[in-house]
Amino acid sequence: MSQPNRLVRGGRIDRTRTLSFTFNGQAYQGHAGDTLASALLANGVDIVNRSFKYSRPRGIVAAGAEEPNAVVQLGASEAGQVPNVRATQQALFDGLSARSTNGWPNVQRDLMGLVGKLGGQFMPPGFYYKTFMAPASLWMTYEKYIRKSAGLGRSPAEADPDIYDHLHRHCDVLVIGAGPAGLTAALAAARSGARVILCDEQEELGGSLLDSRELLDDESASEWLATVVAELSGRHNVTLLPRTTANGYHDHNFVTLHERRTEHLAETAPLANGHRQVRSRLHRVRAGRVILATGTHERPLVYAGNDVPGNLLAGAVSTYIRRYGVVPGQKLVLSTSNDHAYRAALDWQEAGREVVAIVDAREAPDGELVDQARSRGIRVVTGSAVIEAKGEKRVTAARIARVDLDRFAVAGAVEELHCDTIASSGGYSPVIHLASHTGARPTWNDEILGFEPSLVKGVSATGGARGTYALPQVLADGAETGSQAAVACGYTAASVELPRVDAIREGQACALYQVPHEKPTLRAPKQFVDLQNDVTAAGIELATREGFESIEHVKRYTAMGFGTDQGKLGNINGMAIAARCLGRTIPEVGTTVFRPNYTPVTFGAIVGRHCGELFDPERYTALHQWHVEHGAEFEDVGQWKRPWYYPQRVAGKLETMHEAVARECRAVREAVGILDASTLGKIDIQGPDAREFLGRIYTNKWEKLAVGKCRYGLMCKDDGMVTDDGVTSCLADNHFVMTTTTGGAAAILEWLELWHQTEWPELDVTFTSVTDHWATMTITGPESRKLLAELTDIDLDRDSFKFMDWREGKVAGVPARVFRISFTGELTFEINVQAHYAMHVWKALFEHGEKYGLTPYGTETMHVLRAEKGFIIVGQDTDGSVTPEDLGMQWCVGYDKPFSWIGKRALTRSDTARENRKQLVGLKPKDKAVVLEEGAQIVLDPKHPVPVPMVGHVTSSYYSPTLDSGFALAVVKGGHQKLGETVYLPMADGQVHEAEIVSPIFVDPKGERQHV
Amino acid sequence: MFQIYCPYCEELREEEEFHPKGEAHIARPLDPEACSDEEWGDYLFFRDNPRGVHHELWVHAVGCRKFFNITRHTVSYEILETYRMGEQPTITAESVSGDLAGRESAATARQEGVRA
Repeated sequence: MSQPNRLVRGGRIDRTRTLSFTFNGQAYQGHAGDTLASALLANGVDIVNRSFKYSRPRGIVAAGAEEPNAVVQLGASEAGQVPNVRATQQALFDGLSARSTNGWPNVQRDLMGLVGKLGGQFMPPGFYYKTFMAPASLWMTYEKYIRKSAGLGRSPAEADPDIYDHLHRHCDVLVIGAGPAGLTAALAAARSGARVILCDEQEELGGSLLDSRELLDDESASEWLATVVAELSGRHNVTLLPRTTANGYHDHNFVTLHERRTEHLAETAPLANGHRQVRSRLHRVRAGRVILATGTHERPLVYAGNDVPGNLLAGAVSTYIRRYGVVPGQKLVLSTSNDHAYRAALDWQEAGREVVAIVDAREAPDGELVDQARSRGIRVVTGSAVIEAKGEKRVTAARIARVDLDRFAVAGAVEELHCDTIASSGGYSPVIHLASHTGARPTWNDEILGFEPSLVKGVSATGGARGTYALPQVLADGAETGSQAAVACGYTAASVELPRVDAIREGQACALYQVPHEKPTLRAPKQFVDLQNDVTAAGIELATREGFESIEHVKRYTAMGFGTDQGKLGNINGMAIAARCLGRTIPEVGTTVFRPNYTPVTFGAIVGRHCGELFDPERYTALHQWHVEHGAEFEDVGQWKRPWYYPQRVAGKLETMHEAVARECRAVREAVGILDASTLGKIDIQGPDAREFLGRIYTNKWEKLAVGKCRYGLMCKDDGMVTDDGVTSCLADNHFVMTTTTGGAAAILEWLELWHQTEWPELDVTFTSVTDHWATMTITGPESRKLLAELTDIDLDRDSFKFMDWREGKVAGVPARVFRISFTGELTFEINVQAHYAMHVWKALFEHGEKYGLTPYGTETMHVLRAEKGFIIVGQDTDGSVTPEDLGMQWCVGYDKPFSWIGKRALTRSDTARENRKQLVGLKPKDKAVVLEEGAQIVLDPKHPVPVPMVGHVTSSYYSPTLDSGFALAVVKGGHQKLGETVYLPMADGQVHEAEIVSPIFVDPKGERQHV
Repeated sequence: MFQIYCPYCEELREEEEFHPKGEAHIARPLDPEACSDEEWGDYLFFRDNPRGVHHELWVHAVGCRKFFNITRHTVSYEILETYRMGEQPTITAESVSGDLAGRESAATARQEGVRA
């Protein structure tokens, strides 16, 4: 198959290796070393996409990360789908399959194009806000329509077969960008002995040297490049990372590098030695010094029709010719504001194609390259610019005219030049994106007509990235910057001999962004500023007329620099146009903030191995295996896996949760149940001042708690709101063990440390987490004493081992602490043994417990049983706005303790002490079958016109087998005074439930059962 | 992600090991009952949010579990110094109002721990 635009020689491609690929279903061929973009251009593919908003045909504009149009969907297989791939950055491989992301039914015949043509004036900037706002109910319809026409690619519908790694790295000097400046910087740093990482987003290291016309030490740039890369790769202190994008520059020289290891080989990672290779690595680098050698992006000129396929950046033309051996057309017109762009015309002519004219906006350009062009017979038209490109699916002509830049007007007759390609250059912008990620605002430099990066501590910019453009200076600047960075890291500067490069005399560039047209901007054919987001010069002018004066507002109103583009190509032009319209200078208008990521990063790389079972650590108790073997369903509580309920097979059918919970509840109330409570937080507290500390941190009193006794405690923040609760037991006069909620264990330990370390360091007390050291088995129910008696040497007599006592002894032959505390309201023993003994004890309990009907129960039954007793769960029945008094737990508040404990003072603040606070109550639904929804809002009068005042909400709600009724806990304004009143709960489906406010204690209100 | 020098471990560690705990040097009134509601409210809820030098309380949560203070620049996010509980900062908004760079060397010297 022919590649009409492929040169017979030249470039860095391997013509002996032909690769087949498809684009929009059509088969093409390219060569090893091509990008998808260079291969498409070689095959003469003009239209690669339809534009986002106006659906105009679009072609390839650039050769690198700044490409706005050739954003394609990659993947032949479903699992291999990758959206948002820039064809200019995708290496060609055999079998590659790509499609345009926009265009319906296809890019050649696009129905949506009619909208762009006919309806252009109906899609002004801010058209989302203006056109689609009303009626709001139609938004979903609009959005579907916009999505369909906008494309934007799609994610795969099948699981990703690839694997991704995260690597954590440290280095002395991280050099980002391996062009001439980055290479000499890396060389200088490496020779001094510093540990260096050099990364570059392209397939090959070299940057601008890969298509340079200049000679280094009388040899081609490739020769010098090969020598330097050979030295760097031979050094043990250097890590070279090609195909690696520095996508985010975070705090304190923390940089994330996205290395693509197989995307140049196939759409999913190929196997190596039978194993799937890692598709990409995310390097998390902490660098001593960072050197930004990110080079420049060329700015296109903004003229009418500048989006028609065949309009390219001048530098991209050179790159395609010199690096890929592809000339993207036959007849070239170059429009420029500077000398450097003349290379495109010289390269074009050397490739054997016609240069129709160079149109230079300057009156008297006189640099060396200008002379060369003239001496080769190329027509150079000065003081002029291309004001409009003609053509629809490909450029057919360039309209050129004299322009008066001061008056922003066309100043002479228009001449039409027939051509198929227009290359433009409005100068060069340092790539400041990474520096902007740190929050540093760039500064405008009139000398280079561009923004320079502002730099935080520990970072420097070199070469093009800081506005140094001439190759000899760039090489020297890189070496100097690399050397300084190494010295800053404590190394001694080493010498780097720089290659001899003849300086090219270049004239001063002129400031040209938008080219004037014969018609005013608002009536001229569209002049595009941001091709990816279809933002025009007229759109920006309109935005400023409508009062959007801040560049950040202009950006949001017009969508300039949005999305994956991040303003690489158009931002400076857009700011310049806004500045012109507002009568300000560019630095006065300022720049928008570039944000990570520099180019899109696939989610796989971000996730790494943290998916599936490695997503989050899972914590298991020592009894976990038993629960699994006995069919438990599990519930996640923080990172813990807790048995939720144990469905049994009854008459060949597995119980539902409702059935299982009812059975488990009955077992506890009537016989004996057992709960694995090991996940409860346990903090060992020791020291002479332990008791004093408890008195300050808990709301209630601790000074009289005797050895062998336990006490329930409430903990508040200093704002008086309940933050945790649990039972603390006195092991010895200076030794306590505190239990916390399962989820609160780590935070409460930190809370205790906070007060001890910052406010009361004079207290002699220490805290140790012992959650994992002890397993806790709760046996509860009327038969629990009989069961435990068979296994322990502890005297369980009700008068010697009272409720809220604990005893030390042996259970099933191993040392144990047994606590007589209850979270069910039944006679309960919490058996604590060292975790390694837990399974033995648990099994022994079951051996002896069968005759008593010992039944394992899970968290769901635990919740029902505790709620029947009105026992709160902090974080469910409280939410950080609930005081002990709101809970009706004044019995747990030591108002007369001498020390003003944490939370006490706040209880008398006006808001905390006011009437009508939400207070904890019980709710009894009028219809016993109703189980109210947790979170349901409570109103006093359902007939009240909307908005109905809401007086509270349901915090816990269950069906109680004991009561044979639904029941709930709730917080209701002034609820403690409303016992017996009826409230209403309107539901989303229109039903209104009726409930009576009752005491939150539904079972055994006198608390007799736990004392038996 | 910050890199934080723990003044107790005397090492630079990743931010993941630490928890921020808000503004530093907020002392709990010694006699809370003597505070007016407004004074107590100020202590509970009101914090400075300066553009520039800020003193913060942090804890080396999964390291030594010690609380300590950080002096941080809220614009550049640069950590100017870290110091132990009970100590006072050597770098304050007043002391850096002139030349921040001049102070950097002092802060760096203080933080010469294990190098990355």
